[in-house]
Amino acid sequence: MFSYANPKRFMELSGHILPWLAALTAILFIAGLYLSFAAPPDYQQGDTVRIMFVHVPAAWVAMMAYGFMALASLVGLVNRHPLADVAARQAAPLGALFTALALITGSLWGRPMWGTYWQWDGRLTSFLLLLFLYLGYIALWNAIENDVRAAKAAAILALVGVVNLPIIEFSVQWWTTLHQGESIIRKDGPSISAVFLWPLFVMATAYTVLFFTLLIVRMRTDILDRRARAAVLGANA
Amino acid sequence: MPSFLDMGKYAAFVWPAYGISAVGIVAAVLLTLRAYYNARARLSAIEQSAK
Repeated sequence: MFSYANPKRFMELSGHILPWLAALTAILFIAGLYLSFAAPPDYQQGDTVRIMFVHVPAAWVAMMAYGFMALASLVGLVNRHPLADVAARQAAPLGALFTALALITGSLWGRPMWGTYWQWDGRLTSFLLLLFLYLGYIALWNAIENDVRAAKAAAILALVGVVNLPIIEFSVQWWTTLHQGESIIRKDGPSISAVFLWPLFVMATAYTVLFFTLLIVRMRTDILDRRARAAVLGANA
Repeated sequence: MPSFLDMGKYAAFVWPAYGISAVGIVAAVLLTLRAYYNARARLSAIEQSAK
């Protein structure tokens, strides 16, 4: 399977897919934003319910990106696949961005609804830790000059940090301090109304497709940079 | 202001949330594209000079 994922083939394939992904991202964002503002105000949260349509998707992508980064790190570590290292490295800054957006938008929702911008609650604290894991991962890549060694060290950090994902997921059950429990994926079905579920679903899809579109462009950039470095080394040899 | 844009007493929280999300996402798109085109230009310059 990995023979299909060599950098040359990746460049060919991704070049064909990218314009479609970019168009899909734009369409999903237009539809998602329309639905977000067309939804009625919530009977309890009022218009702050609209913050959920940018908060939950950002939080979802922040966690998914970490899972992706850890999986790519594992493949890079075990199979020594160069494209996997590139994927993991380029997912990190995007993951950090979405984590920061989730924290900021959550805090803007918390002030009017909980009465505070921040509380050291289980979900909030474990999410802040996710941001530090991303930043540590990026710093580690930048601190080690040799790409092969940097990839290895960063991959180990990414894999150790995976333990934080279930902590984030179950934090609302373990510590019922402030952040509300699950409302979408529940055994007895979602506990929120369809008028809010649709904008949430479309925006979450938009954020997810955006993540992969940007990731592919960033991976292409990384591969071009590696080629440029190799060409300079070759010319100087 | 059209009524669907009226966030009432929560405007000071809803609009910053959307504003910061928009700024973050647009900045990420622009930085990603700039890095890509720079890398492409750099590689083609190196390849040109090698010929």
